[in-house]
Amino acid sequence: MPENSAGTMTPRRPAGTLYRGREGMWSWVLHRITGVAIFFFLLVHVLDSSMVAVAPGAYNAVIDTYKNPLMGLGETALVAAIVFHAFNGIRIILIDLWSKGTKYQRVMFYVVIGLWVVAMLGFAPRHLINVFSEMGH
Amino acid sequence: MSTTIQSPRAPFSVPRKRGVNWEKWGWIYMRASGVVLIILIFGHLIVNLLLGDGIKSIDFAFVAGKWASPFWQVWDLLMLWLAFIHGGNGMRTIVNDYATKPLTRKILLGAILVSVVAEIVLGTVVIFAFDPCPAGGPADLLPSFCPVNQ
Repeated sequence: MPENSAGTMTPRRPAGTLYRGREGMWSWVLHRITGVAIFFFLLVHVLDSSMVAVAPGAYNAVIDTYKNPLMGLGETALVAAIVFHAFNGIRIILIDLWSKGTKYQRVMFYVVIGLWVVAMLGFAPRHLINVFSEMGH
Repeated sequence: MSTTIQSPRAPFSVPRKRGVNWEKWGWIYMRASGVVLIILIFGHLIVNLLLGDGIKSIDFAFVAGKWASPFWQVWDLLMLWLAFIHGGNGMRTIVNDYATKPLTRKILLGAILVSVVAEIVLGTVVIFAFDPCPAGGPADLLPSFCPVNQ
């Protein structure tokens, strides 16, 4: 354990902080995880889209891999990540700029989850039907 | 000799560094670009994955048809630039939080910068420089407006 300037040992775990646990922390954790996931997808997505500059057949070959059911599940997870990141991003902006933002941050977290469920109920069935009906083609 | 002794309760203020406050502008950028990206990306997902047959109809002709219009070129260009700078800045924040060794941090930040710049350049070139009707391209793969399909 590192020793600090006061000569006492720094405990590895803080005894308890205002920020640990609950909605505030979990929304922060999810915002980071979804952000990183979207970033890495973006790196790949620009590369696969760039195949249009190589040859029509090359682009079609790579985009066809996006149409198999396994990738379709991945795309559904990706859209879930994007929608959460988007709605929670609005929540963060409201916490920062709206005078009552901090007071309602917990309520807004559940609003984010609610809107996310509604959006995914709209997206997931439609996309999965498209992807699974493509099977065997 | 006279010395002014400040009141004990006088607030202590650290003099602000001169120059542009980049962290502040980064903070503002994340929020401003975030709002625009919600519109751009939701529009992108609706048009490409929800309307019509969704992902099933995406192929070379679909993309070439979209980028034949300056509207979608600008849409995708904005999405590319805003998203990569937003994502790169987010990754920078995360690296600064977790990378404790200076060398590790430098390497990771450098990798983020290089990949963001490379992807933005590549994407920008592709959106504007690709040929929707490449010579010798199979007619059935090309969009309907290409000369071979007229």
